[in-house]
Amino acid sequence: MHLTLEFGGGLELLLEKSTKVHKVDCQPTMDGSEGGKATMKGLLSWVKSNLIKERPEMFIKGDSVRPGVLVLINDCDWELCGGLDAELEDKDVVVFISTLHGG
Amino acid sequence: MDGGGGGRREVVAGELERLRAERQELDIRIRLLESELEAGSAAPASPAGEDAAAGVEDGLCGGGSGGACQTRREFVESGALPADMIYRYSRHLLLPDFGVEGQRKLSRSSVLVVGAGGLGSPVALYLAACGVGVLGIVDGDDVELNNLHRQIIHKEAYVGRSKVKSAADACRAINSSIKLVEHHHTLKPSNALEIVRKYDIVVDATDNLPTRYMISDCCVLLNKPLISGAALGLEGQLTVYHHNGSPCYRCLFPNPPPVAACQRCSDSGVLGVVPGVIGCLQALEAIKVATDVGEPLCGRMLLFDALSARIRIVKIRGSSPVCTICGEKSVFTQEEFQKFDYEKFTESPMSDKSTPSLSLLPDSARVTCTEYKRMIDKGEPHLLLDVRPAHHFQITSLPQSLNIPLSVLEEKLPLLEISLKETMDTSAASDEQPSLYVVCRRGNDSQSAVQLLREKGFPSAKDIVGGLQSWAQDVDPDFPAY
Repeated sequence: MHLTLEFGGGLELLLEKSTKVHKVDCQPTMDGSEGGKATMKGLLSWVKSNLIKERPEMFIKGDSVRPGVLVLINDCDWELCGGLDAELEDKDVVVFISTLHGG
Repeated sequence: MDGGGGGRREVVAGELERLRAERQELDIRIRLLESELEAGSAAPASPAGEDAAAGVEDGLCGGGSGGACQTRREFVESGALPADMIYRYSRHLLLPDFGVEGQRKLSRSSVLVVGAGGLGSPVALYLAACGVGVLGIVDGDDVELNNLHRQIIHKEAYVGRSKVKSAADACRAINSSIKLVEHHHTLKPSNALEIVRKYDIVVDATDNLPTRYMISDCCVLLNKPLISGAALGLEGQLTVYHHNGSPCYRCLFPNPPPVAACQRCSDSGVLGVVPGVIGCLQALEAIKVATDVGEPLCGRMLLFDALSARIRIVKIRGSSPVCTICGEKSVFTQEEFQKFDYEKFTESPMSDKSTPSLSLLPDSARVTCTEYKRMIDKGEPHLLLDVRPAHHFQITSLPQSLNIPLSVLEEKLPLLEISLKETMDTSAASDEQPSLYVVCRRGNDSQSAVQLLREKGFPSAKDIVGGLQSWAQDVDPDFPAY
C-alpha cells in the first residue's frame, strides 16, 4: 500500500539525509504478507528496519514509539484511532513528531 | 531672515507642538472625568485583576509618573467605556465578534507569562498592547546578547540586566494603563502555586522540559487554562491544555522522553522568527480564552514547519480519565507538587543553559585547557581532533585542528590514522606516536570520542576538559563563544 510518512520535531535526524517526508510503498502487516491487516504495529517495525538509520532507541521503545513522540494518522492522534492496533488504509498519511521544549 | 531667526522659529514650533500635546492630554483627562461622572457610582470591577495585584511584591503599575495608575480605567457597570480606552482600543471595538464585551473581558483578565524569552517576547508585547487587566511576567534570567536575535522585547541597553525588568519596561512603554507585575525569579515548585494562583490564564513560554511538566501540573491543581508553545530549530508547536476538556501535558506525555531526545535552543539553534510566530499565536489563544471569543486550540495541536511554510492542525486526545494528575482518580496534591522533583523526573535541568557534564574518562585520559596550551607553547608534536558537527566547525575553530564529527568518527578512523602519520613525519622525534587531543564545544562529545578512540587502537587519545568553552574562559578570552 502507498503511505506518506512524515517525521518532525527532530525525528527526521534519524533518517537518511534528514528527509522529513517519505512516500513509501510497503506492506505493514505483521508478517509482511499482502493479505494480513495493515496496522500501526506493523508500520512501526517496517519503519524501524527500513527508514531509521541511526539510534533506533530515539524512535522505538519496546514495541511502541518512545515517550515524547506523537503519532498522527491522517492528522488525528493515534490514541483516538486504536494506537498500535490502528488499521491503515491505502494513501494514509502518518506523522511522527517529537515534542519540542525550546523557546 | 538670518540664522538666528530660523532658530527662534524652531523653538516656537517645538513649544507649540508641546503645548498641543499637553492640550490633547488634558482633553483626554477631561473626557475621562466626564464619563466617570456620567456613569455615576462606578463599581470597582475586575475581581481577577484585583486578586492578581494583591499581595504581589513589586511593580504593580508604573508608567514612571503616578499618572499611569490614575489613567488605568475599568469599564463601568453601565457598559460605557472610558474615552481613552475607546480611542486606544477602537480597532478592537470595531470588530463585531469582539467589540465592547471582548475588550471588557480582556481588561478584567489577568495573564501570567512564564518566560520572557523567544516565545514570551511577542506574548508579553501583544498582551500588554491589547489591554489585558493584569500582566505578570516571571523569569529569573538576565538578558544576554545572544538572546536578542529572537527575544525581541529586549534591547541592547538591557544586556546583563533582568529579563523581567526589561520586558516590563518594554510593555509599560507600549501601554502604561495596564497593571504589570514583575516576578524576578525562576518558577519552581516551591513558589509556583503562590504565583500562578493570582492569575486567570497561564502562558508557558519556557525553554525546558521539567518546567513544562511543572507548569502543567500546577495549572491542573489550580484549574487554570494553559497556553503552551514551543519552538526549536525551524519548527514550532502550540496547544491549549486543561481547558474545555483538553488534556493536560501529562495526558499527552505521561512519561518523559529520554534525555538524548531533548534538544535545546542553546545546542540545536533556533531561527528567531519561529518562536516569534508561535508566541504571537500564544497571545492570540490567550486573548480568545480570556474573552471567550472564537474556538481556542483545545484538543488540537498546531504544528508549524517554517522550512516548508506549512501549518498543520491535528486532533489530539482529550483529557485522560486515568491521568495521574488530572484524571478522575488523581490523588496528586498541592503538598506533593511542592515536593516533586521535576529535574529528577525528567533527568534534565530546569534551564536551557546549564549542560549536564559527563564524566566518562579517568583523569589520565584528560587534560585541562591550560595544560594543553602549555604543550602547544613547548611545540610538542600533536594532532588536535575537533569532533563537533561540521557546521559548528565553520563557526570557529582552533588553528590546525582536524574536524571529524563524532557521528562519523568510527567510519573515518582511516583518515585520522593518515593525519596522525603526517604529524609524526613532520615532527622531529620520529618513532613515538604523537599525542592525539580531542576537543568539542563543551567537553562531553570529546569524552565519548576518546572512549571510542581508545577502544579502536588510539591509546594516546586525550580529552580536553570543558572543550572550546573552557578554552575561551581560561586561555583565550578573544576566542569567540557561541
